[in-house]
Amino acid sequence: MSTSEIDRQWTTRLRKRVEGKLPPEKMLPDTQPTYVASWIYVFGVATLSSLIVVIGTGCILALRGPYWWHGSAYGHFVNSLHLWSVELFFFTMVVHLWGKFFMAAWRGGRSLTWMTGCVTFFASIGAGFTGYVSQTNFDSQWISTQAKDGINSGGVGAYFNPLNLGQMLMWHIVLLPLAAVVLTGLHVLMVRVKGVVPPFDKDAEVGE
Amino acid sequence: MGWLSSLAALFPLDNLGHYFHWHFILISRANLIVIILMVVTFLSALFLPFPGRRSRKENQ
Amino acid sequence: MSTKAFRPDVDAPKYKGGYSPYDILKEGTIAICVVLALTLVLAILFGSPDEHAITIKTWSNAAPIDFATTAASELDGSSVTGSYGAPYNTASSGQQMGPLQIEKWVGVRIPINTVNDFVVDPLKSLPNEPTLDQNLATWSAASAATRSAWLKNFTNAEPKMTFSAGNLVTTASAAGPVPVMIESLTKMAQSGALDQALVTGSGFYTTDFTKPLLFISDGAYLSDLASKQHLTGDQWGMMNETGSYPGQAWLWLYSFWYQIPPFNTSANADILILGIMAVLSLGLLFLPFIPGLRSVPRKTKVYRLIWREHYQNTEKV
Repeated sequence: MSTSEIDRQWTTRLRKRVEGKLPPEKMLPDTQPTYVASWIYVFGVATLSSLIVVIGTGCILALRGPYWWHGSAYGHFVNSLHLWSVELFFFTMVVHLWGKFFMAAWRGGRSLTWMTGCVTFFASIGAGFTGYVSQTNFDSQWISTQAKDGINSGGVGAYFNPLNLGQMLMWHIVLLPLAAVVLTGLHVLMVRVKGVVPPFDKDAEVGE
Repeated sequence: MGWLSSLAALFPLDNLGHYFHWHFILISRANLIVIILMVVTFLSALFLPFPGRRSRKENQ
Repeated sequence: MSTKAFRPDVDAPKYKGGYSPYDILKEGTIAICVVLALTLVLAILFGSPDEHAITIKTWSNAAPIDFATTAASELDGSSVTGSYGAPYNTASSGQQMGPLQIEKWVGVRIPINTVNDFVVDPLKSLPNEPTLDQNLATWSAASAATRSAWLKNFTNAEPKMTFSAGNLVTTASAAGPVPVMIESLTKMAQSGALDQALVTGSGFYTTDFTKPLLFISDGAYLSDLASKQHLTGDQWGMMNETGSYPGQAWLWLYSFWYQIPPFNTSANADILILGIMAVLSLGLLFLPFIPGLRSVPRKTKVYRLIWREHYQNTEKV
């Protein structure tokens, strides 16, 4: 095989592209700019950590099915862990959003980082909603019968039925977590590729 | 399995919530606490000093 | 070679400063431990809510008159579900936003005929009920006008309806088979058989609770329980949780619109608010490209707090 043939391969081209954009020292850096010196910066990793705990506790709930927690003290406790990790997830995500807004973190070609963050936020709201209607209790009954009006008004209710537990549960445990993980992954990778946005500089004349 | 009962909440919040009403705004005490905590957390994150200042100054 | 002008809200300056040691894996590990600890503490302290689901059985036993009047409204198609429109039926054109009637255009995809699905078919499934079967036959043979007249007479007598010794007592006259049908359905509901009939109508295995949920939500019982917990739309309910638990504070803006005119009295509130929230969400998503809005961070100068150490070091120089 000639070198140019190897170079033309999809595998080689993708590997070189990834190596170029995200070499190991960028993927797992051991230094950071000295301007990263504020507690506001911890809320991104706090959100990511909360997501990990949400998924972990969700996996434990999945082991015994959607009705387990109603009749088991252990199951109810795991449900409580899942609820509070979700509250922490939204708490830290919103504080992270406020921080990134006031830093104008989209600057310097980082608009896609901002946008993936927003879409993750919206997907998380969807994941929260489908979680609420999958609780199989009074809350699920009320939330689903109310939400159906908003969803139906947009013509979506015909295909996404909040009253259909099976559908809502599968969106909640398969499709939306997948979306959240993929979007969060892309978001974090983009931060690694582009680096943390530099401070405003009133004398700047040249960009990154 | 008596230890399982220790998994039950120490302060369950099952009693009907307290709500604050001001004109058309109606908010639960719990949600108000969460929102206040978020604002306090954000402001604290902005104002509290971040450790490692000396090390960063050396690397400036 | 010309260089593009630097746009402070779009471009980022080239960083020429220093770097300090950073252990990303240690930071991640600490964050997970802190979040796990907080989650454990909150779960141990406060637990989570679990108000039991209500069934048609609990509803009809707790509020038999409410159940009976709802059943009559299903039979005459005047219930919320019966008169909903798409995606359940064509009884109404549904909500619209200007010329957009999206609900109607998508059409009926989850067909529900409240007369048959909620009343007649469940009653027909009851075995060994000769009196009921006779009344059902009378109903089937009657014209639409006759059925309408029967139902009108029945509903006119509803304010005087009572429930005594396990029986529905109505003063309605010239109501044909309707009193027997409604009383039979109430007894069926109170036994729990109606819950099952509505769920397993399409087969043994099902996870679709559309029919029983629509039936329950047509009555006042569910919304009365919700109202006590501040969960209704006009109580900012979308943000709230049962008991004293925190709810969904992040839905404050979505919930807000339902409280103010014209939305709080509009029949098209849902689609109008959906439209507003869609526009605002797109605004948030495309913020980096919106002049004016994207300048707010630079103009408000909150960043000077975040990067104060950097500015202290560089502005000294």
